[in-house]
Amino acid sequence: MASATGVYHTSYRADLALRHTRAEYFRLALALATIAALPFVVSPYWLTVLNQIGIAIIGAIGLNLLVGFTGQISLGQGGFLAVGAYTSGLLAARAGLPFGLDVACAMLVTAAMGTLFGLPALRLKGLYLAIATLASQQIILWVVTHWDAVTGGTSALVVPPAELLGWQIYGDMAWYWVIAFCAGVATLAATNLMRTGIGRAFVAIRDHDVAASVIGVDPFRYKLLAFFISSAFVGLAGALTARYNLIVTWERFTLDVSILYLAMIIVGGLGSVAGAIYGAAFMIAVPVWIEELSRSLSSLAFLQPDLPAIQQLIPGLTIVLSLVFEPRGIARIWQRIKDYFRLWPFRH
Amino acid sequence: METFIQLTVNGLSNGAILALAALGFVLIYKATGVINFAQGEFLLIAGFVIWFMLVVVGVPWLVGIAVAVLVGIALGLVIERLVLRPMVGEPVISVIMVTIGLSAVLGAIVQIIWGTRPRAFPDFIPSGTVQLFGATVAQNRLWALGIVAVALAGFGLFYTRSREGIAMRAVADDQQAALAQGISVRRTFAVAWALAGVSAVFGGALIANLIGVSGAISSFGLLVFPVVILGGLDSVPGAVVGGAIVGLLTSYVGGYIGGGLETVIPYMALLAILLVKPYGLFGQLRIERV
Repeated sequence: MASATGVYHTSYRADLALRHTRAEYFRLALALATIAALPFVVSPYWLTVLNQIGIAIIGAIGLNLLVGFTGQISLGQGGFLAVGAYTSGLLAARAGLPFGLDVACAMLVTAAMGTLFGLPALRLKGLYLAIATLASQQIILWVVTHWDAVTGGTSALVVPPAELLGWQIYGDMAWYWVIAFCAGVATLAATNLMRTGIGRAFVAIRDHDVAASVIGVDPFRYKLLAFFISSAFVGLAGALTARYNLIVTWERFTLDVSILYLAMIIVGGLGSVAGAIYGAAFMIAVPVWIEELSRSLSSLAFLQPDLPAIQQLIPGLTIVLSLVFEPRGIARIWQRIKDYFRLWPFRH
Repeated sequence: METFIQLTVNGLSNGAILALAALGFVLIYKATGVINFAQGEFLLIAGFVIWFMLVVVGVPWLVGIAVAVLVGIALGLVIERLVLRPMVGEPVISVIMVTIGLSAVLGAIVQIIWGTRPRAFPDFIPSGTVQLFGATVAQNRLWALGIVAVALAGFGLFYTRSREGIAMRAVADDQQAALAQGISVRRTFAVAWALAGVSAVFGGALIANLIGVSGAISSFGLLVFPVVILGGLDSVPGAVVGGAIVGLLTSYVGGYIGGGLETVIPYMALLAILLVKPYGLFGQLRIERV
């Protein structure tokens, strides 16, 4: 990774700043302008895709905090999304809680559940943890589909439309701004978390847990904290799924979803907030592109009947290919492109 | 009493099949240290290949099994060479995720080739019922038990008597020492994956015989995890005992409690075991506290 020449810091404050150069501020402004302009230029269908991407970004950032930054693998993402979605949906539909309050409750409940199922992580590492979280995914989904009295079992849960301070949030355009706002706050929160002591403790545990405990990082406390914070993000994503779609069904939260989210953070870049954003956009947009391509190009029409299988193939293939060829994902590729132009015309 | 015997036979035969499925998993973990999340898809592919050969192509069942064994070996070798070998030296978490990705890829490929429609598996072992201790018991359950016993004995002989088997145990024990003895670790890894493919053929055929040929086979394959965690990830006898425990547990819970609890009870047992005794009943104890 190359840094720009002529940038040096005279205070810790400047050293810790998120952005140092004019180019970085310019890229930020460009990204913000794009986000503001996008809903006005894309088709109504792509607006719904953008909303899905926004929700996925929040979930992927949460998962990346746990897997990428703290090194605790989780196959329970689908289950935790379900906890968030059902908590928010039930509170809105049955208890009539106003929008915002139900989302906050969903975040807290999911965070609590995440911490509970994170308990095995205190004794287990790597593959044992993967299996434990796989079990929690199966158990949560079983509870959701069998606890008829509360969740309605396998039938869909209908959620009333959200209302915020007298403004009815209805339609994809209105939701775009809500979701974009939430995704922005989540990005900012995660980026800032990673420059605090807590974030550094997470990275220390990932890199070497024994060494971390020697320098005074309590793995017990910080692993549970990682599960708590990560699950709160996932709960927010789940709650937004429920309120945006106005319906909650258990099929949205199967093991395939856990794998899809893992694919997002792997292809985007493990241990990178920006990577989670790239990965979420990639994994949601690519299947849609393939579907549109096969519909518009007659030479690809033979793909049509296999589309569901192809949509299942993409996450798996993405995981395998990126781990074999570029384990650090799109974030690293983007870094290399930037370095190339920064050093141009010299190669090293 | 009659229900009890029926449930016990069903549980034991399910457990035996699970043990066979878990065997492939343990083989790979023991020799290479890789946890193969795609084991369920190995079973699925084996089930579909046998069904395809017997029903669509219409060959005798011995030929069908032979073809499936070849496909299993090829699958194991290709995956080891193309996917797992580049991952040598990568963090454990990456290796786990690559096999998770692999399971999604294999599942999707099966779906592209054969679709999602469930198929009936041809009866290659006799169906019907027999009387056992005064209870009516499905005959194919007893056959499954017998087939698994023979297969496990075969794998046991391979491990203790053949050159390759002994080399594999040496590699599992200590890779450097094995290298010093002139054993090719690479070759042993490849053999482990090929053997996992072969064991999946027998497991897949028996599961398909019970529940038909469909994506449900790979969900059944997920039950391998409770089995191996109960028995200990690196223990072959552990896989047998773990299989019996999980099989009996699901069978009794399904028979006496019901309500769908039997589908989730293995995972609850898994979490409980992980919290209390993470290395299982027979697993090698590697104490590593943080």
